[in-house]
Amino acid sequence: MTGVKKIKSQKSAAKRVEIPEGLWTKCKGCDEVIYNRELDQNLRICPKCGAHFPIGAWQRIASLVEQGSFQEMDSEMIAVDLLKFTGVDSYPEKLKQSREETGLKDAVITGVGDIGAHHIGLAVMDFRFMGASMGSVVGEKITRLIERCTAERLACIIINASGGARMQEGLMSLMQMAKTSAALARHARARLPYISALTHPTYAGVMASYASLGDLIIAEPGAMIGFAGPRVIKDTTQSELPRGFQTAEFLLERGLIDVVVPRKQLKATLVRVLDYLMPPANPAPQPAAAV
Amino acid sequence: MPPTTRLITYEFEKPILELEKKLEELTRLAHEQKVNVRDQISEIEKTIEETKQRIYTDLSAWQRVQLARHPVRPFTLDYIRAIASDFTELHGDRLYSDDKSLIGGFATIEGQRVMVIGNQKGRDTKENIMRNFGSAHPEGYRKALRLMRMADRFGLPIITLIDTPGAYPGIGAEERHIAEAIAVNLREMMLLRVPILSIVIGEGGSGGALGIGIANRVLILENAYYSVISPEGCAAILWKDRAATPKAAAALKLSAKHLIELKLVDEILPEPLGGAHRDAAKAAATLKAALLRHLRELLAMSVEQLLEDRYAKFRAMGQFEIAEGIVQSQAE
Ligand SMILES: [Zn+2]
Repeated sequence: MTGVKKIKSQKSAAKRVEIPEGLWTKCKGCDEVIYNRELDQNLRICPKCGAHFPIGAWQRIASLVEQGSFQEMDSEMIAVDLLKFTGVDSYPEKLKQSREETGLKDAVITGVGDIGAHHIGLAVMDFRFMGASMGSVVGEKITRLIERCTAERLACIIINASGGARMQEGLMSLMQMAKTSAALARHARARLPYISALTHPTYAGVMASYASLGDLIIAEPGAMIGFAGPRVIKDTTQSELPRGFQTAEFLLERGLIDVVVPRKQLKATLVRVLDYLMPPANPAPQPAAAV
Repeated sequence: MPPTTRLITYEFEKPILELEKKLEELTRLAHEQKVNVRDQISEIEKTIEETKQRIYTDLSAWQRVQLARHPVRPFTLDYIRAIASDFTELHGDRLYSDDKSLIGGFATIEGQRVMVIGNQKGRDTKENIMRNFGSAHPEGYRKALRLMRMADRFGLPIITLIDTPGAYPGIGAEERHIAEAIAVNLREMMLLRVPILSIVIGEGGSGGALGIGIANRVLILENAYYSVISPEGCAAILWKDRAATPKAAAALKLSAKHLIELKLVDEILPEPLGGAHRDAAKAAATLKAALLRHLRELLAMSVEQLLEDRYAKFRAMGQFEIAEGIVQSQAE
């Protein structure tokens, strides 16, 4: 299910300061060299051309929730090598390396917090952690979050990014698609809103489960989104891919996405749509006062 | 079924093939020259049987994948013809087209009316092009859901037969949102108020298989596989080498015996020695008996029980650790 190649992991902010070669990034959009500090201060958006770079889960959360309101769930949950997966690298080695590079325990952070006046459930995936692939930990944390949202009647928001299911957990990882979608079925049946935001890149097993199931599907500009990776499609079909294929804008045009929202406007957009979906203490509309 | 020796055989089956050739020659010799070779013949027959036992009871993961993909292995329509007294195929997703790689319709099995859905591969090149080698487009998943919702409305149990290398990685498939089509099936199948039984009869190719695989019971044929990714895809990504495909197949633990240990499938249906294609009638009889047995059990359950059972089944899938000790994912 893993459709896209992992993009080079960004060093964490703390480490970047110490490592000279990690000081700058060349923009994929405009070829300009940007200081990482400048990029971080700008929510990892190129100040020259507006290209959106992958952003860490914690930085994303800080950009969305009201300060001090976020309570993390299941922060101690970690993956196990259930298949004793024997690849080129061992799975435990890969996990250890990703944990060290990112300071995260796995590829998603979940919790509850406030966005504007709304108390919501929030999950944010982090592409730096093994390409934000979904194994048991991601599946379980997302499922617990959705179940809590159903029990407490909260809207659920998931900020997606993923290369797909985590191969090292075999079929168990595929079944996380079923588990998370099952939880969303009950959340939807309870008439609670779920908003999926798609960021670069969101593919394969995650896209073919909860990422596609939002009442609203929002995407970041330029994000690559799909089921199969472009290279696989090219190899299979032996044909040229259409211009802009699998970009957020392409998919907006073809009817998958409700709205493309730049990162800096995401919070305001979420608050605005939540006002429609979960009006806080809905007052009856007042008749216009007689003049 | 064509005679055994005409079957396409794999490298690991060569010793059997050679013995069978020898047997054929000996039989011809006996017939032409009227010599009595009965003893030699029964000796070779015995050796063939022993060789088959030795080879087929200890197949590697990759060898089983090859058997699961065998071109004369029984496909969905073969099983339907063998086990159902009626099959009324229904076409189209009412949105775009009729996907011939994912079929469905009413069927009657021993008097039990059901809705049957299944991936369908082709027997020859021409049919394979029509069937897209068993890889469905979004229309297939949307047709499947249309038919399953109809089954839900009219109280028909749903049987799905899984046999696909995967959903189709194509331009049109992406333009019409194949990921969304699969995702919607995962969510909606969870809420259907009729029994759902899935049987992996050949290839369980990742999301494309799961897209019709949300069931109360999931059974798998002995040589079938069910995997998060094709062994070739896994080899290409993790080993950066297609030649590592057999290694990837082993590492993925995609065979029936591993999947039952991981509690990801409920029952393994034994196949005739050498694979379902060696005795399609016997394979179909095994499948039919298991299908009716599970269906009887599911039909005895209330709607509430069916929904709870299906949710709990998938809810329990996952292994992780919290601080200390492995924890099995648990139902709420
Ligand atoms: Zn730029």
